[in-house]
Amino acid sequence: MPESFEEILSMLPSLRGQCAAVREILLTNLVMVGEIPAPTFGEKERVDFLQRRFSECGLQNCSTDEVDNALAVLPGESGSQNILVVAHTDTVFPAAVDHTISLQADIVRGRGVADNSLGLAVLMTLPAALERANIRLQSNVVLIGASRSLGRGNLEGLRFFLGNNDMSLRAGVCVEGVELGRLSLTSIGMLRGEITCTVSEEYDWTRFGTTSAILTLNEAINRVLEIPVPRRPRTSIVLGTIQGGQSFNTIAKQAVLGFEIRSESRETAHKIAEQMQDITDELSSRTGADAVLDVFASRDPGGIAFSHPLARHTRAIMNELGITQRIAPSTSELTAFIDRKIPAVTTGITTAENLNQADEVVYIEPMFTGLTQLLGILLAIDGGFCDED
Amino acid sequence: MKIEAWLKSNTFHHSAFWDVMQAVKEKERQNLKISLCIPTLNEEKTIGKEIVIFRSELMERYPLLDEIAVIDSGSEDSTLEVAKAFGADVHLASEILPDLDARTGKGENLWKAIYQLKGDIIVYVDADIKNIHPRFVYGLVSPLIYRPEVKYVKAFYDRPLAFSEKQVRPSGGGRVTEILVRPLFSLFFPDLTALIQPLSGEYAVRRDVLEKIPFPIGYGVETSHLIDVYNKWGLGAFAQTDLDQRVHRNQETRSLGRMAFGIMQTFLRRLENMDKIKDLPEMGKTLHQFQVRDRNYEQVQFEITEHERPPMISIPAYRKKFNRGEAHES
Repeated sequence: MPESFEEILSMLPSLRGQCAAVREILLTNLVMVGEIPAPTFGEKERVDFLQRRFSECGLQNCSTDEVDNALAVLPGESGSQNILVVAHTDTVFPAAVDHTISLQADIVRGRGVADNSLGLAVLMTLPAALERANIRLQSNVVLIGASRSLGRGNLEGLRFFLGNNDMSLRAGVCVEGVELGRLSLTSIGMLRGEITCTVSEEYDWTRFGTTSAILTLNEAINRVLEIPVPRRPRTSIVLGTIQGGQSFNTIAKQAVLGFEIRSESRETAHKIAEQMQDITDELSSRTGADAVLDVFASRDPGGIAFSHPLARHTRAIMNELGITQRIAPSTSELTAFIDRKIPAVTTGITTAENLNQADEVVYIEPMFTGLTQLLGILLAIDGGFCDED
Repeated sequence: MKIEAWLKSNTFHHSAFWDVMQAVKEKERQNLKISLCIPTLNEEKTIGKEIVIFRSELMERYPLLDEIAVIDSGSEDSTLEVAKAFGADVHLASEILPDLDARTGKGENLWKAIYQLKGDIIVYVDADIKNIHPRFVYGLVSPLIYRPEVKYVKAFYDRPLAFSEKQVRPSGGGRVTEILVRPLFSLFFPDLTALIQPLSGEYAVRRDVLEKIPFPIGYGVETSHLIDVYNKWGLGAFAQTDLDQRVHRNQETRSLGRMAFGIMQTFLRRLENMDKIKDLPEMGKTLHQFQVRDRNYEQVQFEITEHERPPMISIPAYRKKFNRGEAHES
């Protein structure tokens, strides 16, 4: 066990070599887990695979739970403390599309390889990497493939685990496939939802706006864009997706806007949501169309300070490995830790292209730096260097 | 052996062999060596994934395989470099038994694998499978490990695991299988129709069978294997395993025409040798196909001759390497 944080830093170059030695295991895990479709709420097959993998590694307490998380414990030497390492299991792709992954000398290509099959592959490879590097941590490492994370999932998997276990958690590390250099310490406030406009089957030509759900939604969008958005606290409204209509020559019966309100202030985000509620209520009453606001996911702002020992030591590890840092807030699993006041960071493993597209690509060589970074962070947490006084 | 009985006893689903560790233990108890041969020709897009998965899962995690070898026909892309980079033994077919006259074809690679590889069982897996998975090996090898009387295990694909009792779903092979091979088998070797995909490129075979059968070097190799193994050992020597889906590139109908032409040559030659038909005339070696260019019809001709390699046991260098006596008909 390293005596000082400096000793951990000095170990990193040789650790990288050990991480590169588990390349085949990592790539195999990536391909095998990535080819199992896992849309949000449809992760079960992927989770079963993950659980089998955990069992094969000889981990303890391998199990799945009622919200389809896969869980396992890599027991520590003393086992008196617990470190949680989590990667989300779901992807943005529906089950029906081709999930075939191709492997070339320097890249892996396929749907979801970056977000977040690689994160899961790292989770499954971590025991082998620690063994190869001859690292025996004092703390237990709790590995979780967290389901129902994205979209309407609203981090249900990790939130369920954190809300229903009695483990005392020293710190958390969220593993994302991309981007190496990413470091998230804080969460911004976020409200995610949809505005759904529907017109009845029998519309009245004389009534404004009811001739098409798309026209009603267009009116709603124009009104949303008129909402004043403050510069401080930093706030934005992201209009992310839009769907509507069936064909060129039929009047759209339904149109749906997907949006996120992001703000450093919880109050500001909620105030904007109230204004959007007013807009949809008014549209419904004025046009006769049915405009419904549904806010189904939320994050509260928070996180650890830039100077927190976990943040400081993670940055030092990244520096030592020559990783260029991009520090930005997150709306991912980190938020669930923040809600529970558990210090945590989110890091990425490699570089990627075409994120969330059919030809998503991750680069192989940087993965070993990303994996080394994770080992360094675990060693630092395990050694007590990341605890606040 | 009746087809129905054989289907019941010798047709498996790969899920029956999920416990790979159990297969490894049984393999070790029998002191068996198992080799994987991947024949290649310009497969740079898929070869890396196959090697990584098989090495990681079936050599390191579960030591089912003793070696993985790529035997290449002379790829012009980076197949060999990728295969080496991911840790496979890579061999050029032309450099194995180099004193023999030069031949090129997939069957040549498969035949030379018998000399090059050391396994008591050799499992062949094509290199163009996009959805490669360890089941492609353990699903084929396991029946040989658990059933000593089985000598040759063939893959078939895409049968649903569950469907209602009333539903009848045709299960079969590709176009060449259904239009050419299955009708020919039905005419001359009805037992062999029980093999659902006789042309599939994935199969596992015991060395003492492989060394005793001839190998057409081209399209006819799978068909000839089935006929020759059937003749020597009967239907009971075969088993087949459902490997679920196999995703691969589709071939154009014109390519399938060339395949069918090669298979016909092999098939007819065997019928003649077995006295099932007599007085075959001299057969043409040219396949004639046609295409339209600038509103003109033109002929495209392919010279296709199905050369055959003799049983490996007849090659002195092989007998010396594997300490075998002269070949005997069983």
